[in-house]
Amino acid sequence: MSASHSTAPVASDHQAEVVARVKAIESIMIEKGLMTTEAVDRLAEIYENEVGPQLGAKVVARAWTDPEFKAKLLENASTACAEMGIGGLQGEDMVAVEDTDDLHHVIVCTLCSCYPWPVLGLPPNWYKQPAYRSRMVREPRKVLREEFGYDVADSVEVRVWDSSSELRYWVLPQRPEGTDGWSAEQLEALVTRDSMIGVGAPKAAA
Amino acid sequence: MNGLHDLGGKDGLGAVDPPPEEPVWKAEWEKHAHAMFPLAFRAGFFGVDSFRYGMEQIEPVEYLTSTYYEHWVHSVTHHGVLKGHLDPDEIEKRTQYYLENPDAPLPEGQDPDGALVQFIEAVIPAGATAARPGDKAPRFAVGDRVTVVNDAPRGHTRKASYVRGKTGVIIMAHGEMIYPDTAGNELGEAPEHVYTVQFTNAELWGEESAEPNGTVTFDVWEPYIVPAQVQEHAA
Repeated sequence: MSASHSTAPVASDHQAEVVARVKAIESIMIEKGLMTTEAVDRLAEIYENEVGPQLGAKVVARAWTDPEFKAKLLENASTACAEMGIGGLQGEDMVAVEDTDDLHHVIVCTLCSCYPWPVLGLPPNWYKQPAYRSRMVREPRKVLREEFGYDVADSVEVRVWDSSSELRYWVLPQRPEGTDGWSAEQLEALVTRDSMIGVGAPKAAA
Repeated sequence: MNGLHDLGGKDGLGAVDPPPEEPVWKAEWEKHAHAMFPLAFRAGFFGVDSFRYGMEQIEPVEYLTSTYYEHWVHSVTHHGVLKGHLDPDEIEKRTQYYLENPDAPLPEGQDPDGALVQFIEAVIPAGATAARPGDKAPRFAVGDRVTVVNDAPRGHTRKASYVRGKTGVIIMAHGEMIYPDTAGNELGEAPEHVYTVQFTNAELWGEESAEPNGTVTFDVWEPYIVPAQVQEHAA
């Protein structure tokens, strides 16, 4: 078919090359029966609509309201999440690390971009890029303050978890003040993706 | 390998600059690039360790200046060619074709029973654990002070440069898991015990440069560590 009137927005030469290359590889894989556009669409749908930080928020809110569940979560995050039907690819062996008055956790992957997909979805671009990966182990307080507007008091230990193995760490943030008596459903709305990475606080009680 | 992917503690890489919002995928092609990872895994192109090693071998300037999903496409290509699933000349020919005909359709799918969709729907919730419970006795335990071996393997390893030669304390023991230094180099799973080691900032960066009141944890496989060789720096 003619391509004189592409409907795609004008992209850079490099971008056009990447798009064409992906299509080229996909076309070969399709012909070999290794890939279909239906499989691509299904995967896209799952990570757009089904698996994302809303699942982690459910887990966190339950941990805030159910001490028995919280104990299980800190003992074995994968088993605890599985009870809620949450788990799988890139989170087969998860570890939830709990923030306290004296300790704040943050996650990074310096060697690639390991991230707990089943509870947080796919990582944001900055998590995968060299600046975050290089700096977070060396100057986490500075990165949190300057890049994320998140100040951690000097009295609080900052513990950075470099996800170098297949363990997938993520943060159980502290429950916001002023939420006594709130239900898990109400609390879910306060849990942000960034608070489970450790680069932000949960939203404050309105 | 001492590659540029090993970014922990490198200086001068600029601002993180997180945007307030961003879509899951920045462009349509990224969905396709992402789907290639589980589908090429299913087809036997690679395990996750080899997949990472494929990305580590990207030319360094390209590694630093290209996006995450470009890295994925590079590794799928690398392993697809290596294993004979993809012909490099054919990739180039078709890339040229789609450059000249960006609206040309992809070929018809060859999956009448929807097995590939079923695979996607099965693998995402199930995953594929790297844990390999075995009966090998662990050489180390929680509380042990250990030093990371200070060598520089040529192939795939997860022994990041910034922890080599550094001393810390084991705070968790995770049992046996696939060993990247064999699996990533096509030498089999050869499971080893995995431990989380906690290092003080002072130990990693020196008293002068270290931020106060901070630690870094790093997961090691048993061959990466030996009983503590030196007195570590206090926090």
